Amino acid sequence: MIKKDDVLLVAKLARLQLTDIQIDKFSRQLNGVFDLFEKIDRVKLEGVAETSQVTGLENVLRDDKVVPDKSQDILRNVPYRKENLIVVPKIIAEKQ
Amino acid sequence: MNLYELTISSASKLLNEKKISSVDLTKAIFERIDKVEPKIKAYLKVLKESALAEAKESDKRRKAGKTLSKIDGIPLSIKDLFCTRDVETTAASNILKDFIPPYDSTIVKRLKDAGMVMVGKTNLDAFAHGSSTENSDFGPTHNPWDLDRVPGGSSGGSAAAVAADECLGSIGTDTGGSIRQPASLCGVIGLKPTYGRVSRYGVIAMASSLDVVGPITKTTEDAALLMEIIAGRDPLDATTLDVPVPKYSENLDRNLKGLKVGIPKEYFTSGMDKDVEEIVKGAIKKLESLGARSVEISLPHTDYALATYYIIQPAEVSSNLSRYDGIKYGFSTLRKNKNQALEEVYFSSRGQGFGDEAKRRIMLGTYVLSAGYYDAYYRRALKLRTLVKQDFEKAFNSSTSGVDVIITPVSPTPAFKIGEKTSDPVKMYLSDIYTVPINPAGVPAISTPAGFVNRDGKNLPVGIQIIGPILGEEIILQVSHQLEKAINIKQKPDI
Repeated sequence: MIKKDDVLLVAKLARLQLTDIQIDKFSRQLNGVFDLFEKIDRVKLEGVAETSQVTGLENVLRDDKVVPDKSQDILRNVPYRKENLIVVPKIIAEKQ
Repeated sequence: MNLYELTISSASKLLNEKKISSVDLTKAIFERIDKVEPKIKAYLKVLKESALAEAKESDKRRKAGKTLSKIDGIPLSIKDLFCTRDVETTAASNILKDFIPPYDSTIVKRLKDAGMVMVGKTNLDAFAHGSSTENSDFGPTHNPWDLDRVPGGSSGGSAAAVAADECLGSIGTDTGGSIRQPASLCGVIGLKPTYGRVSRYGVIAMASSLDVVGPITKTTEDAALLMEIIAGRDPLDATTLDVPVPKYSENLDRNLKGLKVGIPKEYFTSGMDKDVEEIVKGAIKKLESLGARSVEISLPHTDYALATYYIIQPAEVSSNLSRYDGIKYGFSTLRKNKNQALEEVYFSSRGQGFGDEAKRRIMLGTYVLSAGYYDAYYRRALKLRTLVKQDFEKAFNSSTSGVDVIITPVSPTPAFKIGEKTSDPVKMYLSDIYTVPINPAGVPAISTPAGFVNRDGKNLPVGIQIIGPILGEEIILQVSHQLEKAINIKQKPDI
């Protein structure tokens, strides 16, 4: 059972600002989704390996080759920049 | 016949015979768009000027005997999840509105190198989260067969554009059915290739271990043609497979005599509309009449596949969407207020930029990955994924008299009404019940039109799903092609 507190905690972990209406709505809706997950407890999974990808590829390396620099193009989309630098706001806010 | 009604292969033939020009063809497409697009709303962006310039270039090349490929001069559309150099790419989300990619995704680059005329970018559920295209932050797309109904999703704009003759073919993505389900609901072909067969470089990521890129077309032959161009290893996507790409379009005429078709009993339980089931069974009969032999099989973990998918997928979504932080690109409250502290920027940019469905999935994913729940949900889902994958391996294993292909429905119902499922995410998730098990297993599957059912006096298309073993694109394309010829649907939507 997902409670309102769970939604608040998860939203905090995920850095999502929610309105009060959203908090109520998501609490209800997420419970419905978790009902879908209940049945996974019914399967015996001891000794079953985990699958996180299906290609079986490992350590795929690229050639050690210089490629054209795209940084100027990439910087075009940055919300706040000074010349070639991305401005990141203060991590700790000052007390008001 | 109107030029916009052509298939890729028939247009290619006419272009080569110099009976039509790419400019004529492209103009016909834009006339068609002018006429039907106000009703369908398949496109987020139409690129008329650049497309006509590309068509002109293609005609020049053809005149000089320098045609690049079979799709040189063919008007195609691209799901707006693919980065296109200097052309806004939004993923149908507010958080990426005005985002101008500095590079082309590998698939767009390959299609451009082959001479594609890019008609426009098609609508989708924001970040490909959805089964109806209603989650688009820029408004829903309408099904060409009934404008009150959804085209399916998430590649709903692509499927609707192909069905409405607003392009000759399109490229979509499929994480849990996003190519196959809209193809079925719009009456077109949709191929989800083997995971790793087609590069994902430059495709805005949804769930990286499940995402695949594939064609949505009017015919199987067209899907085969596009696969020859888009498939293959890409040094920029380390998950692509280093396996030669067959000439899919040249090997479609296979005799189906002796083909062993598996019918998984778990896919024919309750929940499917009766007339949809009849169409699927009719298609199986058709294959039998072509010499195939059907056998009942079991994919015993089918019942757990949906839960497995809806744990793994949001977990990967929450991780992939963490990059939208208001600092690097996309919507940011920092643009208006440069005095915000870092955390404020995160919370407010993500809170205002993401739509409801993205938020739900981010929260679900964050929850199943969080301390205390990781083992109970995420780790269990990874183990269940192994069992789901093994179900398919066993079914196709030739040493245990395995089957050549598996046939199932694509969707339990035809296209549903716009608004019918938007308030209940679980109802929406369940519309993918027959397509989601395929992605965790990584196998290829194609949706092929098989007939129509009637709802409210309108004919709505129904597709069947043909599933193959890993790298079995060739055989499912062959079966789809034979079935397409045998069923021979002539009907077009009346828009």
